[in-house]
Amino acid sequence: MLAGVARELIGLFVDDGVLAVAIIAVIAIAAIVASLAPGVAGVVLLAGSLAVLFANVMGVQR
Amino acid sequence: MTWAASAPAVSAAFLGSLVEAIEALTIVLAVATVRGWRPAGLGAAAGLASLALIVAALGPLLDRVPLQGLQLVIGVLLLLFGMRWLRKAILRAAGAVPLHDEAAAFAASTAELREHRSRLDWLAGLASFKAVLLEGLEVVFIVIAVGAGRRLLLPASAGALGACGLVAIAGFFLHRPLARVPENALKFAVGVMLSAFGVYWTGEGLGVAWPGADLAIVGFAGLFLLVAALAGVALRRPLEVAP
Repeated sequence: MLAGVARELIGLFVDDGVLAVAIIAVIAIAAIVASLAPGVAGVVLLAGSLAVLFANVMGVQR
Repeated sequence: MTWAASAPAVSAAFLGSLVEAIEALTIVLAVATVRGWRPAGLGAAAGLASLALIVAALGPLLDRVPLQGLQLVIGVLLLLFGMRWLRKAILRAAGAVPLHDEAAAFAASTAELREHRSRLDWLAGLASFKAVLLEGLEVVFIVIAVGAGRRLLLPASAGALGACGLVAIAGFFLHRPLARVPENALKFAVGVMLSAFGVYWTGEGLGVAWPGADLAIVGFAGLFLLVAALAGVALRRPLEVAP
């Protein structure tokens, strides 16, 4: 039962593995940019998140 | 604390908790229908007690975590959680994935419980316990996620408790799943709000100075709504053309 609960808890945040990895990648890139040019990091984070969402949903078509 | 500052947290917590409470109610009602109110009620009460213990044990730790670290962790989890909801809501709205149907979920749960009629009542109680605990953990996460970053835990908790109370009262009087609630529209709206909060808190955690401070969340929500709507329309078109 505990394994089932753990699986469901992870499932709260990760449903589609590709989407989860893409979100983490966007955050990692934004973190790197934040250390170099803090003013641009917000744009990278927002635009990256929106692009990842759109691309992932459109990927369902294929 | 002004209403304008706490309104986004209250409404996000209310709408998100409404969805989770409806899902928990469906399973508790299924247990009650097949095995009676005793195991359903005991399981739900045990689930609520476990939740209260978890909140009481872990809640005070939140004050000890540095705010910027807390904002970053919550932001990342919110982005994962919110965009997962939004993706699913877009796919369901476009017809790529079937809509979540509480009536069908209720029928499936009751059928499963009837198959195990010979088993003890505690198995039915366990189903009720698990539903309340897991959906309740989602409610707790939503409250922490939308409230902790700006010390708005109380208003967010009030929103969540309001939603859970509303669903409990409705379930008590109706004795059937709340199938008429537009769950996908709610998930769509909550997905948009949580994703917007996620971008905001992740940015704050990374040291980004957002223009307009908290007001930026409204702009982010507008952008997520626009992109989600466009993706839904773009996805629906080929699906309609396909034989």
